[in-house]
Amino acid sequence: MEKRSDFVSLRDVSKHFGTVRAVDGVSLDIAQGEFFALLGPSGCGKTTLLRILGGFEASNSGSVHIDGADLTIEPANQRPVNMVFQNYAIFPHMNVRQNIAYGLRKDGLSKAEISQRVDEAVATVKLEGLGDRGSHEISGGQRQRVALARALIKHPKVLLLDEPLSALDKNLREQMRVELRALQQKVGITFIFVTHDQEEALSMADRIAVMFEGEVRQVDTPARLYEAPASREVAAFIGSMNFFDASVVGAEGGKIIVDAGPLGKMSMAPPEEGAPVKGEAVTVGIRPEKLTLGEAPPSAGANAIKGKLTAASYLGERNHFFVTVDGMDEPISVASQNSSPMDHKGWSEGGEVWLTWEPAGARLLRA
Amino acid sequence: MTSEAQTAPPAGTIGRLRTVVKGAIFRNAGLRGYILLSPTLLVLLGAMCLPVGILAVYSLWTQSGVEIDHTLTLANYLKIFNKPSYMLLIGKSVLISLTVTLATVLLAYPIAYFIAFKIKRHKIVWLILITIPFVTSYLLRVFAWKIILGYNGIINSGLKWLGVIDQPLTFLLHNPTAVVITLAHAWAPIAILPIFVSLEKMDRSLLEAATDLGDSPLQRFLRVTLPLSIPGVVAAAMLVFIPTVGDYITPQLVGGPDGMMVGSLMHAMFFRANDWPLGSALAIVSALAITVTSLGVWFLTKQARERAV
Ligand SMILES: Nc1ncnc2c1ncn2[C@@H]1O[C@H](COP(=O)(O)OP(=O)(O)OP(=O)(O)O)[C@@H](O)[C@H]1O
Ligand SMILES: [Mg+2]
Repeated sequence: MEKRSDFVSLRDVSKHFGTVRAVDGVSLDIAQGEFFALLGPSGCGKTTLLRILGGFEASNSGSVHIDGADLTIEPANQRPVNMVFQNYAIFPHMNVRQNIAYGLRKDGLSKAEISQRVDEAVATVKLEGLGDRGSHEISGGQRQRVALARALIKHPKVLLLDEPLSALDKNLREQMRVELRALQQKVGITFIFVTHDQEEALSMADRIAVMFEGEVRQVDTPARLYEAPASREVAAFIGSMNFFDASVVGAEGGKIIVDAGPLGKMSMAPPEEGAPVKGEAVTVGIRPEKLTLGEAPPSAGANAIKGKLTAASYLGERNHFFVTVDGMDEPISVASQNSSPMDHKGWSEGGEVWLTWEPAGARLLRA
Repeated sequence: MTSEAQTAPPAGTIGRLRTVVKGAIFRNAGLRGYILLSPTLLVLLGAMCLPVGILAVYSLWTQSGVEIDHTLTLANYLKIFNKPSYMLLIGKSVLISLTVTLATVLLAYPIAYFIAFKIKRHKIVWLILITIPFVTSYLLRVFAWKIILGYNGIINSGLKWLGVIDQPLTFLLHNPTAVVITLAHAWAPIAILPIFVSLEKMDRSLLEAATDLGDSPLQRFLRVTLPLSIPGVVAAAMLVFIPTVGDYITPQLVGGPDGMMVGSLMHAMFFRANDWPLGSALAIVSALAITVTSLGVWFLTKQARERAV
């Protein structure tokens, strides 16, 4: 069966609370079976958008379709969608099995069928042997599994997860990233999850929608979001990036020539949304790990800039440097992998260094 | 060896004692708890155990004329258990109070629910407004119901004015129903508070989870909201049930002969018959009846709650 690419489809969805535009004209298509992340800083409207999908928040305008059915004004209890709440919302007056079976009560199943499906769900989330525990007799990680089982047992078309890992401690969180991803692959249900943790989104999701101020600014795969951010704010939010103010001075053979002040003139690939015109102010962005630090001046023709090493820190698996360049206020941040044990040695702060980069390592961004 | 020397207790009996006490307080959470509770325990001892103890001792004495015979005997209890009219009165009082409790909780629950879930801002103002009647004198409130339900009261004159009746209705006042109405109204504000608290502290995401899993609003109420508010309901029920069994003002004023409760009898024993020992025994038997009934109700709600899951 062909998987729909618009399995979940939002069109121009807006929601405001008083004067706050929590979600502002969001349109998104999410494919069947996709692991999709909504990523953005606190207060950007991720939770609100998720709650609109779940039916807990009524949008002021726009439409929501899931698997072709218009659910815009469908009440939450009638939607083929289930949610894992941020605090897991485990019913305190029920034990683990009763919690997991909660949503099956009214589906007209026999006792034996319910029991069998609960067993399946318990096995899926690896909770065997904990069925008779009270809701207060399980750990945070187990509570999360109960919440997952309780939602998955309904066989929803879409599973919504609001910051599913934020209530767990760091080690468990990293382990659950892998497990959650594996679980999603196994059950094949479309997952939409909210996070403000970019690493979480990058490591788990097939695609990520980056939100700012209620708007979706970019939807892309993790690698493309990192390597080809569409704007300066997306680039700064996902990982870190050095920005250089520049202006367009010409075009040549499909490339754009920009003058980036201290970096000098360079020719770059135009951004996908269209080439900027001559004279337009743009930004050149280079990620710290795309810069190489050297003591000797590079051979002629390479992209290079001379600076002074102002800070060097040893971070175990990598080194981090700050280099100041004449004519720039902010130091340039450089990261290098410690691929040989001697890599971190020999850098003296205050010394003169050269930074070089591959032409493909620099991105031309709209200002 | 050196470490032992370092931690050795200070010499002398006093010093050793100090170390022992210090160690006991530091290591024993239970003991620390009692020490922290000691003011409360003292108040409880003085204000509860002592009076009840005195009452119990009195109930074992007997009244002979104006003197009190101080020999310990169960005569008063035997008298009560052998006199059907006393036992009936206690039973009826418990029954009336149970009805009052039921009516009060049914009245208070929707109000508490409304404030907890439907009011978004200034909940405290609503709570104060609702509890204000409680500040006015209890007697005044009972008299208000007398005026409403009375022979020439508001209901009767209203109905007469409307031409619905030509003779005043006499079944409104001076019966158990009037007692139930008056007491339920008087105690509703007290019952609202614990129910409100149990609803207010309920995690709202639990309700959303129930909806998410397919519950209609009614199913959600029955499966999540109600079971989770049961502690508040039980607290409210106890707060109403326990004091109303012994109430004698309301039965006296609006109850008539049928609406008489055990409180009136106790009052009569202490102040009119001047038989304190018998009054004390009555009080103890009533307290036992209240305890047994409360435990029974508590047990039944617990069972019902477990079955509802
Ligand atoms: N019920 C509400 N009433 C009023 N304003 C609200 C309500 N819910 C959300 N908002 C506002 O809408 C905006 C978006 O909120 P939302 O909870 O969706 O953010 P978020 O991206 O999930 O943030 P976080 O990462 O902190 O959870 C915020 O400015 C928030 O204050
Ligand atoms: Mg949120």
